[in-house]
Amino acid sequence: MIGIIDYGAGNLKSVHHALTKLGFASEIVSTEERINESKALILPGVGAFKDAMDNLKQVSLINCIKENVQAGKPILGICLGMQLFYETSFENGEWEGLGLLEGKVVRFDHELKVPHMGWNNLIPGPQYEADNGIGKEVTKGEYSYFVHSYYVDPENKEEVVFYSDYGLEFPAVVQKDNIYGMQFHPEKSSETGMKLLKNFGELIK
Amino acid sequence: MLAKRIIPCLDVRNGRVVKGQKFQNIVDVDDPVKLAKVYSDLGADELVFYDITASNEERNIFIDVVERTAEQVHIPFTVGGGIRTVEDFRKVLNAGADKVSVNSAAVKNPTIITEAAEKFGSQCVVLSIDAKRNEHNNWNVFVNGGRIDTGMDALEWAIEGEKLGAGEIVVNAMDSDGIKTGFSIDITKKIAESVKIPVVASGGAGTEEHFREVLVEGSADAALAASVFHYGEIQIKDLKEYLYDKGVEVRRV
Repeated sequence: MIGIIDYGAGNLKSVHHALTKLGFASEIVSTEERINESKALILPGVGAFKDAMDNLKQVSLINCIKENVQAGKPILGICLGMQLFYETSFENGEWEGLGLLEGKVVRFDHELKVPHMGWNNLIPGPQYEADNGIGKEVTKGEYSYFVHSYYVDPENKEEVVFYSDYGLEFPAVVQKDNIYGMQFHPEKSSETGMKLLKNFGELIK
Repeated sequence: MLAKRIIPCLDVRNGRVVKGQKFQNIVDVDDPVKLAKVYSDLGADELVFYDITASNEERNIFIDVVERTAEQVHIPFTVGGGIRTVEDFRKVLNAGADKVSVNSAAVKNPTIITEAAEKFGSQCVVLSIDAKRNEHNNWNVFVNGGRIDTGMDALEWAIEGEKLGAGEIVVNAMDSDGIKTGFSIDITKKIAESVKIPVVASGGAGTEEHFREVLVEGSADAALAASVFHYGEIQIKDLKEYLYDKGVEVRRV
């Protein structure tokens, strides 16, 4: 069972519906017990970085999530959920994240429209070239659906599976060991998104 | 590169898709969930559902349509029509919508934009503007399904909407709605170049060239249409190929 972590971060049903369609059992989980029982975890997220971290603290799930990740359980962060994996965010201030991955979250600072909203291409990065399982059957140039104003500036570029280009190249999919992040919404990215979610679901042995 | 979006719009009444010309002469088209799935498979980038129901009973049928769509369709979709309160936002977002558009309610009470943006994030707050050209060649904002002229200037209202917290703007040019003579390029372009959030052009699509025109010359980020898609006059797949051949960045399936 894939546990979709509910910490008050908006609508989680779309992720659940997509996993159900792919034939993976999933459940919206909000307790330590159910998180520990999950075979893999998804950390969704919409809204502001600080609010999300505050919510995670309030429901006392930070240590539980970190322990599960350190024990090797696959975890997928979606959109803001991916950004929370990093050390620091500069979204309206400076905030500490979960620190599972090294790097910072910064705002698009150019003349293009913000939020970066819509379908954009995936460009293979170093981790894709390393034959990473999460990118299986997803080819250069496929589109996924993004909605975000901030992006991740990672310390270790070799963790990038796919980049996307919006005035500059930023990480669209990252992976380090059992930690996976997608800046776009795979559950809203039609067939490309379904392939990526399937690849994640298949990590459960 | 970020692709220009093609968005079929489904007007829903009593659980069915309908399409009116200039908001009148409503005729029945199809089952909304079925149609949404077809459009998604054909390469629609997003969908919009407008609730044009009157009674509470029909309202519940509409929420059921939203829920079933969220279950079966894996592309983003917006819900609009009859949104009056922040609670209405919550209801449709919980039912599975990704964005919510407000029109008349935002004119009456602009703070609804700010409140909804603070609660759910700007990315899901869409300001929809019904605009009609006045005798001075400017554009006025209309409300209540195009029946009431507010006297407000559409360009100023769009700029104000962005300041209040809207994450996207739909410009529906009423002069061209349903008559297939092309999108209104000038008002779309004016608004698209005056705000830093995405702008969706709506009203007037009749040919593939109309789409290219508003996406390129009109600087729109997306184009929305209903009847040309519902009646099969333009196939989304063909439209995407046409735009691609003309050098417009689109997601082809």
